Amino acid sequence: MELAIISGKGGTGKSSISAAFATLNQNIVLADCDVDAANLYIIFNPTHQDEQVYIAGQTAVIDYSICTNCGICKEYCRFDAIHFVNGQIEISETSCDGCQLCSRVCPHSAITMVNNDKSRMYSGAFRNGKMVYGRLAPGEENSGKLVNMVREKAKTIAKENGLSHIIIDGPPGIGCAVISSITGVDNVLIVTEPTISGLHDLERTLEVVSKFNLKAWVLVNKYDLNPEMTAKIEAKCNSLNIAIAGKLPFCTDVVDAMVSCKSIVEWKPDSALSKEIASIWKKIENNLQ
Amino acid sequence: MRQPDYYMTNNKSIKIAIASGKGGTGKTLLSTSLFYTLQQNHKRVTLVDCDAEEPNDSVFIQGKNTSTTDVTQRVPIIDEVKCTFCGKCHEYCSYKAIFIIPPSKIIKVMEDLCHGCGACTEACKFGAITEKDVSLGKVNTYSVSNTSTLIETRMRVGVYSPVSVIKKGINQASQNEIILLDSPPGTSCPFIQTVSRADYVILITEPTPFGLSDLRQSVETLKTMNKPYGVIINRAGLGDSSVQDYLKQNSIPLLMEIPFDKEIAANYSRGEIVAKGKPELQEKLLEIFKDIYEKYGISNN
Repeated sequence: MELAIISGKGGTGKSSISAAFATLNQNIVLADCDVDAANLYIIFNPTHQDEQVYIAGQTAVIDYSICTNCGICKEYCRFDAIHFVNGQIEISETSCDGCQLCSRVCPHSAITMVNNDKSRMYSGAFRNGKMVYGRLAPGEENSGKLVNMVREKAKTIAKENGLSHIIIDGPPGIGCAVISSITGVDNVLIVTEPTISGLHDLERTLEVVSKFNLKAWVLVNKYDLNPEMTAKIEAKCNSLNIAIAGKLPFCTDVVDAMVSCKSIVEWKPDSALSKEIASIWKKIENNLQ
Repeated sequence: MRQPDYYMTNNKSIKIAIASGKGGTGKTLLSTSLFYTLQQNHKRVTLVDCDAEEPNDSVFIQGKNTSTTDVTQRVPIIDEVKCTFCGKCHEYCSYKAIFIIPPSKIIKVMEDLCHGCGACTEACKFGAITEKDVSLGKVNTYSVSNTSTLIETRMRVGVYSPVSVIKKGINQASQNEIILLDSPPGTSCPFIQTVSRADYVILITEPTPFGLSDLRQSVETLKTMNKPYGVIINRAGLGDSSVQDYLKQNSIPLLMEIPFDKEIAANYSRGEIVAKGKPELQEKLLEIFKDIYEKYGISNN
């Protein structure tokens, strides 16, 4: 069974909650799908059993020994990626979308496509099971496809090792990486915080989630920082029939745990916070069966 | 703060991006506070909220909506009568957005996957492909005061990439003297599209292992882009000193530290601009801004 943990707004505590869930169990595959800023490997220091190259699309490159500077490619480019710079045609690597049209229309075949091959997917073991994580190279797109690759690998590993649960630590936002992280999962846990930005982002996230047929839960992290806003979030969820998985208080132990490369349930297993997280997990797990 | 700034007599302009690898480190807090500070000092400033997936600046800054622009993308429409099912459009599409089974005469456009590059239109020799516009989102402009403007980029829910909406928003701001770009998190395409337009980047991070890891990645990216940058540590006092150590070891300028303070968190949670009612924070931000403006501002002469 797959549980995706997402948030809309960044920094609400997705990874800390994912790490806590992962260490409450011994039969877990942890998939870090925040491929743009993967962080769980810091806490879990997994073994590198496998490394795979991920091709994040292509970039067009001009061979200046052939290019006649005719500018036809510029006419066709819809990504505003081709310009005359000091009289010479140039393709901006950051704006190129990799569509290949310039290369196809160049009358002199001076443009070739090169693979963006700097992104990686790693998998291995950590202290509570197996782990897969992706690392998107800076500036690269198509993170949704890397997320799919990480999830496929996690499923394969789960099958091979008879592991029952896959925990997906998702990315922030509502774009393609988030959509890829929740497509086809059984449960999604949205971690939010009681700020007006948190509420606003939660509303947009719920709108995305509503397009999928899955069980959605909301967890209000650091709820005591603004109880009034927490009440608003709860009311919002109630009105939409979204289950509140629980509320967690602000606690510096979470930061201390992270600094010590531990999850909060490893760092302070007997704390009220850890117990609350365990009960939230139980609630969701019962629904995962 | 009281005296007019003689060197800011319209002969320079600057774009400053406020960015972070990790989400939730304080980009919006800093962007809105810096905007407020500059506005209070009668600067001509535009803030562009480039976090098109989850834009929040308009929660903190109220203004009069002066324009709304729809951002669209072209997607193909295939005329199945004219189509010969030759498959060339499918071959030209780099995004696997055209699904075709020639023997069964089935052809379908997956609009979600289409990037609007126009390759299929170019490929079709039978005039079977025309194009239509689909909405990707909106750019909303708000007049906040006589000299200050907020531009919000807002991606439509369900769209895959915010990049086009971000680009459009930044382009609309291009004439102003001071432009602040509240960047999307991460270091992938949306981040690059934003910071590539900036003259200077302020990275805001938190003093935790996650914060450090993401900061490192942002710094490496900015180095390859040759962008000048400095770092602000938010929630200083929580976590450990590894971010400070990293900055020292790599001679990266630490612009300021914002201490962890539950009052700040509470004010932020209510949608208040944190610098409001904090003159010492405003003064510090103004000082940082002036340094950046002097060193990295682009002369218009």
